Parts: sequence; C-alpha cells; structure tokens
Amino acid sequence: MSDDVASLSANQMDALREIGNVGAGNSATALSQIISKRIDMNVPRVSIVPLGDVPDLVGGPDVMVVGVFLRVYGKAPSNILFLLPRESAFYLVDMLMGKKHGDTQKLDFMDESALMEIGNILSGAYLNALFNFTNISLLPSIPALAMDMAGAILSVVLIQLGQMGDHALVIETEFKTDDEGIKGHFFLVPDPGSLETILSAVGVE
Amino acid sequence: MPELVKVGMADAKVGTAPATLISYGLGSCIGISLYDPQTKVGGLLHIMLPDSTQSRANENRAKFADTGIPDMLNEVLKLGASKSRLVAKIAGGAQMFAFANATDIMRVGQRNAQAAKEVLGGLGIPIIGEDTGGSYGRTVSIDLSTGVYKVKTIDKGEKEI
Repeated sequence: MSDDVASLSANQMDALREIGNVGAGNSATALSQIISKRIDMNVPRVSIVPLGDVPDLVGGPDVMVVGVFLRVYGKAPSNILFLLPRESAFYLVDMLMGKKHGDTQKLDFMDESALMEIGNILSGAYLNALFNFTNISLLPSIPALAMDMAGAILSVVLIQLGQMGDHALVIETEFKTDDEGIKGHFFLVPDPGSLETILSAVGVE
Repeated sequence: MPELVKVGMADAKVGTAPATLISYGLGSCIGISLYDPQTKVGGLLHIMLPDSTQSRANENRAKFADTGIPDMLNEVLKLGASKSRLVAKIAGGAQMFAFANATDIMRVGQRNAQAAKEVLGGLGIPIIGEDTGGSYGRTVSIDLSTGVYKVKTIDKGEKEI
C-alpha cells in the first residue's frame, strides 16, 4: 500500500476505529486519574483527507494550539500529536500545578514540562492498549512541545506523509472534561507503510 | 473590499491587483511569492518539500520547490507579468519542534528554504525579501496592489518583507 489509503475497505476502517477506541479509552482513563475529573471521549474519527485539509479537523490552520509531538518507533512507525486549544492547555496546567483556574496565562519551563509529561502518559496508555489489541510493540520518543498555529504544528507530520502521498490517514479522538474546560485532540498518524502491519495484526487484510 | 484568495498547503494561486493572496499557518513549509510591480500580477505558492525527485508521490507539483516555482512562473507570465520585472519573496521554513537528534525530516524547513533560493536563482528571479528559519509558525500574504508581503506570527508580531 503506498499512497492509497484512499482505497481502504469499510472493514479496515472499522478496525482502525476500534484501535482508536481502545487506545484513546485507555488514555482518557489515565488523564481522568491525573486530574480527578471525568473525561468524555467521542467515537474516534478515522479520516482519509487531503494533506491540506487536516488542519480543518482542529478548527483551521491559524487556530492557536499547544501541541505535544511524539515519534513512535517499532514495527508500525507512526506519529502521535496531542493538540489542545491554548485556553485548554492553560487550564490543564492550572490543574496540574495546583493553581486557580485562570492563573496560567503563558507557559513557563515547568508548565511545558508538565504538559509534555501528560503527552508522555497519554501516549504510553494509548500504545499499551494498542499492544494488547494488536501485539505490536511500539515505543514513543521523548515528547516535544510547541505553542503555535495548528497548521504550523501539523505540518511536521504532514510533510513526512507528503513524501509518500497526498492524503493522510488520521485516527483522531476528541477528549473533553465534563465541564468542557479542557478539550483536546489526540492524533495517531501511522506512516503509510505501517497500515498494512496494523491491519494484518488485527486480522483485517 | 478587495478579494482575499486563500492558498492551501501544497497549492498555488495567481492573480492581479487588488486581490490579496494569503496562506495560513506555515511551519516548515515556505510561502514563495512572485510579483511584477508594473502589471501588478503576482502569485503565492505554499510548498511542503524541496525536491520532487526524492518523493514517491509527485503528481501534485505545487508540493515541491523544484516543480511548483516554474509552474507558478508560467501562470504569472500567462497573466501578463514580464519575467525581467519579476521579484520574489520567501518566508517560512521553521523547525517547529526542537529535538536533540533532529533527523533530516525535522530539518526540512531549512532544506525547503535552500531549495526555494536555488530554484529562484536558477530562473534568474531576484529574492528581495526573506524571513525564514526560527521555530514558530507564520501566516503570509501578498497584496497585489502594492507587492507588500506580510508575515504574521503569534509571538514575534507582524512584519513586512
């Protein structure tokens, strides 16, 4: 399978959605335990979209977001991107650092470190669940963080895909706390060559 | 209200005054403009990668510096620009995430900027404005009435090149 993620069958899409479901479910549980709040999660979207349309999934290329990026190594190399609107990231920092809601107005070194650690924990939870489901062992890199325009942050992942094709397959889950104070998007973007490995591991060729 | 034309990722648009061409949220990508100040014809190209010959998917020529720039040149010439008057400006090419062991793909911004300069140099089009590098995103636009190329950022303000 080269570019043509566009040719996935309904069964294959379902299998990927289920992977998103177990992975993100585990991540949501981890996040919920850390901040002691209920986390709601939508049914994962498995989308095959032209590269340029990916930023629209989070509200457009010029929306301000905080992104935590991890490269995933192993038999199915992938990228993970955890994106939060800026206000959500600030609120999450308030909770993690024991501050009042609204105290955080910019990110200092400790705040960034805390958010990267959240990215780490969520990714670990996601990949663990993926392992239980597929038996594919995957290891995340150390996280990196940027606060900027969504298009600029997503371009890091999109450029890698751009070498192989013109479409991106993204498994995307939206999280939110039940008061809607924190919203975030968790993206798993398998490298084009990784799809076959993942699909055959769950028995959907 | 002058027309605002959006240029997506791996996309190019050409036009004439009073239109403004704009591309949002560039990271490692580059926004390359061509402009003929006399006829007020210009174009904006948003490339993602330096070189189409290094890629397995090169049908979309606007994705690459080496194919996108000559294509945009042809389009602005068709609209009445003169090659001898054309000037170029470029912005973008950031490295959004700093990794200690940055791989080639992480440094793609730098390679994009280099490729854009080489291709423009090869075509004999002078680059009269540049804002590349750094670790932040940019929204870029060119006003075809004036040739002013604006670069907007989140933390570094807005500038004209």
